[in-house]
This record gives sequence, structure tokens and C-alpha cells, in this order.
Amino acid sequence: MKINDVILQTVTKIVVFIILTFGIELFLSGHNNPGGGFIGGLVLSSALVLLYLVFDIETVHKGIPVDFKKVAAVGVLFVIGTGLGGILFGSSFLAQTFGIFNLPIFGETELGTVLLFEIGVALTVVGTVVTIILSISEDV
Amino acid sequence: MLTITMAIFIPFLAAVLIPLIYKLVPRINIGWFVLIIPIVLFIGLLRYVPSIAEGEIYIKTISWIPSAGIDFITYLDGLSLIFGLLITGVGSLVILYSIYYLSSRESLGHFYVYLLLFMGSMLGVVFSDNMMVLYVFWELTSISSFLLIAFWYHRKQSRYGAQKSLLITVSGGFAMFVGFIMLYAMTGSFSVRDNIALIGDFTNHPLFMPAMLLVLLGAFTKSAQFPFHIWLPDAMEAPTPVSAYLHSATMVKAGIYIVARFTPVFGGEAAWFYIVSTVGLFTLFWGSFNAVRQTDLKALLAYSTISQLGLIMSLFGLGSAALNSGYEVDSVIYAQATFAALFHMINHSTFKGALFMVVGIVDLNVGTRDIRRLGGLMSLMPVTFTIALIGSFSMAGLPPFNGFLSKEMFFEAMVSVRHLEFFSIGSWGTLFPVIAWIASIFTFVYSMIIVFQTFFGEHQPDRLDRKAHEAPIGMLIAPSVLAILVVTIFFFPNIIGKYLISPAMTAIYPTLASANDLVPQITVWHGWNTPLFMTLGVIGVGFLFYRFLRYWRSVYTVVPLRWSLDALYNGTLKRMESGSTKITDFYMNGFLRDYLVYIFGFFLISVGGSLLLLGGFSFDLSKDAPITINEYILVLVMMVAAIAIIFVRTRVTAILLNGVLGYSIALFFVFFRAPDLALTQIVIETVTTALFLLCFYFLPQWKREKVGRPTKLINGIIAISSGVLVTVIALSVQGNKFFDSISHYFENAGELTGGKNIVNTILGDFRAFDTMLEVVVLFIAGIGVFTLIKLKAKKEERDVED
Repeated sequence: MKINDVILQTVTKIVVFIILTFGIELFLSGHNNPGGGFIGGLVLSSALVLLYLVFDIETVHKGIPVDFKKVAAVGVLFVIGTGLGGILFGSSFLAQTFGIFNLPIFGETELGTVLLFEIGVALTVVGTVVTIILSISEDV
Repeated sequence: MLTITMAIFIPFLAAVLIPLIYKLVPRINIGWFVLIIPIVLFIGLLRYVPSIAEGEIYIKTISWIPSAGIDFITYLDGLSLIFGLLITGVGSLVILYSIYYLSSRESLGHFYVYLLLFMGSMLGVVFSDNMMVLYVFWELTSISSFLLIAFWYHRKQSRYGAQKSLLITVSGGFAMFVGFIMLYAMTGSFSVRDNIALIGDFTNHPLFMPAMLLVLLGAFTKSAQFPFHIWLPDAMEAPTPVSAYLHSATMVKAGIYIVARFTPVFGGEAAWFYIVSTVGLFTLFWGSFNAVRQTDLKALLAYSTISQLGLIMSLFGLGSAALNSGYEVDSVIYAQATFAALFHMINHSTFKGALFMVVGIVDLNVGTRDIRRLGGLMSLMPVTFTIALIGSFSMAGLPPFNGFLSKEMFFEAMVSVRHLEFFSIGSWGTLFPVIAWIASIFTFVYSMIIVFQTFFGEHQPDRLDRKAHEAPIGMLIAPSVLAILVVTIFFFPNIIGKYLISPAMTAIYPTLASANDLVPQITVWHGWNTPLFMTLGVIGVGFLFYRFLRYWRSVYTVVPLRWSLDALYNGTLKRMESGSTKITDFYMNGFLRDYLVYIFGFFLISVGGSLLLLGGFSFDLSKDAPITINEYILVLVMMVAAIAIIFVRTRVTAILLNGVLGYSIALFFVFFRAPDLALTQIVIETVTTALFLLCFYFLPQWKREKVGRPTKLINGIIAISSGVLVTVIALSVQGNKFFDSISHYFENAGELTGGKNIVNTILGDFRAFDTMLEVVVLFIAGIGVFTLIKLKAKKEERDVED
């Protein structure tokens, strides 16, 4: 299945960045607006899937030399690690905390440990989706 | 200072690091790194001894799942301290021994990871107060034992032994788990301490007896009590350090720990007394009787371990009688049975550990453990011989070794049963000392077999694989330490009695704690009394039995082999396998459409049936919002798409129509102002469409399948009724209000979590546990797909017996 569509490839190169940016925006704004780790992760992985569809696996792998199984594993570690973090600070498992900070550019911002948890969720989603799609597509 | 929580988790953390160190530092034997851990833990625990001996107790609660009554509570008292010291102490010696025992060509990384896993979970078992946590660690010990028995997995017998031990101990574990839940149902607490305090009001509860029996089942399977002992001899396929550690010193004593720990809960009941003491006593007899017939030294030691575990168990049974009638003079007499049990348990770990290591040395040096081929090794292996002599004579109950002291106390306890006036024991009490005495004769006989048939007699170099020589010094250190302990404990038994056993006694008898003669003074010489005469009798008769062994050996062939418990186990396993194959083959026919029929059929029957039976149908449409015109249009689109899927001829069209359905649902979410759901639905739909297209690439041409009209009709009915059922459920959910609304719970999410998006705060804060598990499941699914596709079984050239 060799696709060699110049228009699609050119468009994709730009669109992927828009999708990736959107994914990260969704991920970051999740706690207060629609979005979050799961959705953000899904959007990010859909961008990657688009890349894999348009270019072949080798080309993408050259650009993003990442083992997505490890990405998923790191994600799971993050999720469980934040849970254990609660215990380390004498609170219950998976307890999250947050604070409102006044940051220079962003203004009044809420920063919470839940972000770490969400990073884990997002990484796991990206890693798993790409792993599944890659393993199926490479099995020719 | 080392906290108990750390003591549990350090081995686990080390187990994670071991593969890394194994790779990074290949030149140094990884065992030396591992050795540090039990030594540090042992010293750390030793530092608790003085304060524990003064009656202090360390409890630390870490809340884990408070809503389900599950907290991570570590609890250190006298009883758990004894076990903790055994686990770390024997663990250090075993690891030291294993460094010399295993050649560096073995996959040592795996070995030590499993061993540390075991150590951590075993410490978890003895230090946990919460029964659910205890249960998790309990099963982890079974699993790590499985991995260690199957360490040489290319041998057929290793795999058989591993499977057998796992099946038996985990079944028992399940039973215990149910027992714990029953206790929770009665007292409302998973904490052992709470149960001890509360159980008094529930002794007539209908669940009390079942709970007791189930907990005992767990303990008996783990501690290899008759008739569950059959897994232990087969577990001897494990490397000898493992046998010495798991299958004689620690894991098999987990069952004894449970019995000891739950004595204040269930003890004092006649049923507990009878079951524990008779099962223990019979196991004592059966193990020692069968040990004599073994020709493999390790099998002999396995049966002797079974027998010794039975001895300890029966003592705990007798000891529970003390709880029957408060504090009286009588109570203290029976409580001393428990003292003897704990004392013998420590002694057993010392002499049996030494004996296992000796057998390992012999096996490694001459290449066989068969006593028919061994003999005359005394002059060739003098140090090994000395250790074997000390270990065996201690096991036989001879002075000046620690086994003599605990054996005497055992006889004393058994003799005292005759005076028992409650539990309607009557003249049956006389049987106890008689059986104990007969079993001790056999114990004496097999102890002599170990020493005399291995080290005395004629040396037969032509029947050995290798030339016999003394083991390297490193290998002799660990058994020597144990042998020295065997002698030291004989001369200074009261140090152990005062600092270790006496605090454990207060843990087992919280109500008798004030009794000052609870802890007896152990004396080497206590006059010409019945126990001493019993020991002399054992020596005399045992000597005759050993001398004329070949004349009465034919006793063992009286009962045919196929009547044994092993044959029963193998037969049951075989029948279960063939039975389940038959059942599975019956419905797993390989047709996806049939599987869908099962799934939806089950859904219809279970959910629809329960709706019908419980009368859950009730529609209340009055509160529903009016339906707008664009909702009608969207529903129409969805219906057309759904029906069209049935008639299309290519897969691509079908998947596109499916996409139409999905995106329409997303639109609905938009209409109903659920942007999070809409977003998720859209992205999911996109990714799955890509995935579908990818999968279709590998599938053959879509052909119309010829199915008969009746099948089509049935399938149609199932499909339509499933749809109807889902609709009905949705409407009924709207119509009924069984539960209070939980939305108030999330109302002030902003202040509680700092997030304004309630959907996200539910996912990340309120129900984070669900999300965490979902993420883990997702990960497992991804790894599953990867392994299914990528790691297809390769035909490797490996010498695996089948």
C-alpha cells in the first residue's frame, strides 16, 4: 500500500502541527474547559496516525524515533506514581492537590498535581493507540 | 530507623533494580548485591527486639481505599517479629549459600528477582493487619514460589511441581479469601486486631463456622497439612536454596502464622481445637511414616518437613484450649503448648535449613541424592558430615541439640491432653500422646537414615557421577551458622524464650497477658518424668526399627500406588482438563456470528429476564424535554445508516456508514451541550475508522454467506430484541428513581479540586481510581495486541522436555 500523493503530503505537513497544537491545548486546558488527558492523548495520537497513513512507517520513524510501547509504559508509571505520591506526603492513594499561582504571562493559573496524572493518561493513550496501529500495519 | 512499611517494600524495590544491576555489572555475581538486603532488614528488625520484648507494639496506618475498609496497616508485635526475623535471617543465609550453589551460567537475574519478590511478599504477609492486604501478599508468595519451583522450567518435573503447588495453595488461598470476607460480613472490619476484639459477640453467628473452616483451609494448604501435603514433595524440584528457604523455613510456615494469628479469633472453640490438633497430629504421623520409605534425600526431607509442620500445627491446636476458660491454672498448661510450638518452629528452621543445605552440597558434589548410591562420605566430606549429624540428631530430638528441648515440651503438652476436662474429650485424649510417640519413632528412624546411609557404610565411587570432595568454604558458611545455632539454642534457650517467644505469646493470648507463668523456663534437665521416658523409648524402639528396616519395609507396598492422594490429584486434573475441553469445544466453533449470538443472547436473558422478574418496566415521559426538529432529522439519518449497513456489498461502505452513526452521536452530544463527550466521540470515531481500514486490508474479500432462513430469522429476532431491550432500559432508567442523585457530591468541585470542568474533575480527582485502572487496562490491551501480533511463537532450538 504505497501512497504517493503530493497534495495530501503537503497538506498533512501543516495540518499535523495544527492538530498537535490543538491536542496540547486540549490537554492543558482540560481541568477548566473541555479537554483533558484522555481527549488530548487521543487527538495527539490521531495526528500521529495521520502521519503514518500519509507517509510510510520508516519515514515517520526517522522523524520521530520513539518506541511507543515505552511511551505507554511511562504513562502508566506516571499514573500510578502520582497515586503513590499522595501516600508519600501522608495523604491517601491518588489524592491530588493544587494551588493558584500568579504567573508572568498566563496570569492567574491553577497548577495541580492532577496535571501529572493527566500526563500519564495522555502518554498511555498515545502509546497504546500507536502501538496497536503500528503492530497491525507492520504485520504484512 | 527502619520502618515496617519500608521493610516490606525494600525487597520489591530491589527486585525492580536487580535486572538493571545484573546488566550493568556483569563481572560480579549479582547475589552479593542481593545479600545486602536481607542482612540490612535482619539487623533493622533485630533493633526492634528489646522494645518488643518490653511489650511495645508498632502500628502504622496508611489509608489506601478507606471507603472499602482497606487500609495498608503494618503491625509489628512479638509474633510477626519472630517470622520477620526468620524470613530475613534464613533469607540472608540462603542467598549466601545460593551464590555458591548456582553456577553463573544460570539466569541469576530471574532467580534473585523471584527470591526478592518472595521475601517482600512474605514480610507483607506477617506484617499486615488488614486481611485484604494480607491476602494479596499471601497469593504473591504462592506466585513467587511457583516461579522459583519452575526455575529449571526445561525439566518436566519442575513444571509439574510448580503447577501442583500453585493449584493447591491458590485454591486454599481463595478459600481463605472467602473466609476473610465472611469475617468482614460479621464484624464489619478487615483488621485482624478489630476482629480479635469484636469476634466475641459473633460466635453463634451462622457465618462463624464457615469462616473458621475456610481460613483453616487456606492455612492447611499452605502449610502442607494432610491431605494437601502432596504438593510439597513435588516442589523439591526447585533449586535447593529455594527448598531450604521457601519449602522448609518460611513459606510453608505462613499457614502456621495464620493459625497462630487467628487463634485469638477462633481459638477456644471446640471445632478449632479438634481440627487443628488432629489434622496436625495425623500429618505428623503420615509425614514421618512416609519419609522413611523415600530413597531421594530431598524427598525424605520434604516428608520430614510435612511431619514437623504437623507437629507445630498440633501444638497450636492444643494451645488454643487455653482460651476456652479465661485465666486459670489449667489455661497456662495449655498455653505452654503454644510456647512449645513457637520454640519448635524456630528450631525447625535452624536444623532443617542446615539439612537442606547439606543435601544440596552432597547433590552438587557427587551428582546424586539417592541414598542407595551414597555412603561412606564421612571421611571425604567431614564438615558437611558434622553439620548433617547436628541437624539430624536435633531433628530426632537428641541432646545436646535444640530439637531435644522442643521435643520434650511437645511430649509434655501431648501428655497433658489426658487431663483435659472440656471439649468432651474423654478417653480419646490418651490417643494424642500415643500417636505423637509413634510418629517420633519414625522421625528418629529417618533422621538416622540421613546420617548413616549418606555418610557411613561403604563408599561406592563407581556409582557416583563425580568424585566426592569437600565443598568450598563459602558454601559451608551458611549451614555452619545454622548448625552452631542449633547447639547454642540448646545451651541458652531462655534468651529466645524471653526476648522472642514471650512477646509472641502475649500476641496470641491477649486475655492471658497478665499471667506471669505464661512463659515457662526452659530447662535441659527436668527430672525423670514422662516426656523423658518417652524420649528414651523413642531412641530404643527407633534404633530397633532402623536396625531391622529391611524386614518391615514391605509394609509400604501393602497399599497399591494408584490409591494414593497423588493419583487422585492427577486423575482429577486430567478429568477436569478433558471435561473442560469438551465443554469448550462444544460452543467454541470458530464462527464470530455464533459468538455474537451467545453474547447478545446472554444479555437478553440476564438483563431482560431480571427486568421482567423484578418488574423494572416503568416509563415516565412526563419530565422529558420536547423533541426538536433537528433531533428528528438526526435520528432519521442514523436509522437509515444503520439499516443500510445490512445491505451494502463492500466493507469500506459498511465502515463509512458506521462512521456516520458515530459522528451523528457526536452531534447529539453537541446538541445536548456535552463538549467533552462530543470531542471524545469524534476523535475515537476517527481513530477507529483508521484502525478498521487497516484491519480490512488483511481480510479476504467480503462474500455473501449462505445461511438458512431459520438462522437468519433467529439472528434477526436477537438483533431486534437487543435493540428494544436497550431502549427499554434507557426509558426505565429515566422512569425510576431507586437511588438518590449523586450530583451534589460534585457541586463544589471547583473549590475541592481547583478545576471548573466537572467531567474532568470526576475523571482526574473524584474517580481517579477508576481512571487509573482504565489506563492500566488500556495499556494491557495494547501490550496484548503487540504480543499477539509481533511475538509469534518461534520454533526455537531449546531442550524443553514435554
